[in-house]
Amino acid sequence: MTTLYTPDHEWLKIEGDVATIGITDYAQEQLGDVVFVELPKVGRAVKKAEAAAVVESVKAASDVYAPISGEVLEVNETLGTEPGLVNSDAGGAAWFFKLRIADKSELDGLMDEAAYKTHTA
Amino acid sequence: MLAGDDTQSLKRTPLYALHLARGGKMVPFAGYDMPVQYAPGVLKEHLHTRNAAGLFDVSHMGQIELRAKSGKLEDAARALEALIPQDIVALPPGRQRYAQFTNESGGILDDLMVTNLGDRLFLVVNAACKDADEAHLRAHLADACDITALTDRALIALQGPKAEAALAKFCADVAKMKFMDVAELSLDGLACIVSRSGYTGEDGFEISVPADGAERLATALLDNPDVLPIGLGARDSLRLEAGLCLYGHDIDTATTPVEAALNWSIQKSRRNGGARPGGFLGASAILSQLDGGTARLRVGLRPEGRAPVRENAPLFASADSAEPVGTVTSGGFGPSLNAPVAMGYLPAALAARDAVVFAEVRGQRLPLRVAAMPFVPNTYKR
Repeated sequence: MTTLYTPDHEWLKIEGDVATIGITDYAQEQLGDVVFVELPKVGRAVKKAEAAAVVESVKAASDVYAPISGEVLEVNETLGTEPGLVNSDAGGAAWFFKLRIADKSELDGLMDEAAYKTHTA
Repeated sequence: MLAGDDTQSLKRTPLYALHLARGGKMVPFAGYDMPVQYAPGVLKEHLHTRNAAGLFDVSHMGQIELRAKSGKLEDAARALEALIPQDIVALPPGRQRYAQFTNESGGILDDLMVTNLGDRLFLVVNAACKDADEAHLRAHLADACDITALTDRALIALQGPKAEAALAKFCADVAKMKFMDVAELSLDGLACIVSRSGYTGEDGFEISVPADGAERLATALLDNPDVLPIGLGARDSLRLEAGLCLYGHDIDTATTPVEAALNWSIQKSRRNGGARPGGFLGASAILSQLDGGTARLRVGLRPEGRAPVRENAPLFASADSAEPVGTVTSGGFGPSLNAPVAMGYLPAALAARDAVVFAEVRGQRLPLRVAAMPFVPNTYKR
């Protein structure tokens, strides 16, 4: 399993042709207390860089962009009732949605953990 | 970095160093570099204020004194009544009142607190408006009053159910004060003006303190484990839950006090049939609205789902109507309610309690119910 990152602070865990997507701990820290998460519909085809989810903190609404193109296979319903999970476990239990990867070559431009650390330093 | 250039031009309050030392996350606000939150974050700060006590730096707000040139306080009160629809002549010494500066058309130039300090009137005005307010006062009242902006004082708000106990350690007399009472008191050797008021819906105090003693007093108050420093983020969510207007958002020069549902703040004496009706800027518009109602009204709104509905969201009468009928002027998440809350303007016909309207958020129409304010009951000591 590989974990990749976008400059917009999403993470992707790649397992075969499925990517699990969430936002980074750095992102949740910047957002502050998360109070609402809007998730995409299962079955929706998203394009790379398209707004696929919305995370609302006390302060503001922020888009979560699809890091790659694909079809939404599953969403994390738990975030509907426990949006605070994004603050407590951004990199794990608070995943947002899973995509069936449409084009693996789109992964090429994404960062590994070391590059992301440099990006947020 | 651009941010560096921007922050260099921002003003700092006398508590700036304290904010940095306590880990305040600083943001530009009304020309000042102010803490939006501290380490606990907006949710915990909000709930701490509701459950214990929060200390807010509101030193960016303007403090202005009016003294009658005649030496008689009533002359200053009469002069000020030319600019606000409130009764100041009958405001007793040691009492405070919420007021609005109005313009010729009845719109609101600013909202403010007015205190009778016995020998002078003491005004607290919004940071973003304070220079304009001072100019407005000078333009209209300079013949009758000496007008002094108190630029050498800080303002600290101590809010929440444990505020009284925290402040009583410095001066036992504060426990005797009721909501909107004001007293000149010595706190930790500092000559303070203390009012039992605030803008959170909680019991609490606002303390005007000499600038050079502000950090000492704030530090002494924060030595109490019940008292935490609270940023502007929680101040905004607290006042929203309390149904209180934020100038420039819920009220402005295009809204009148009657449209803003602030009728309660206009005493009978200044209305038609009262002892001193009218005589303030915009009186004809405001008095006729008090008698005949307004086409639109500020209302409380409770979104039915969990999604916050924020400022500027258009409001619709139905899920599929084409033209908006109103706008959200403040909206967000209410931590005490664990639910979204909002306020905005609706046509009077749609402003009835429990009426359902729809806000457009990211292309979707979300239902909201017109609700009574405050959303969270206030706990003032009356």
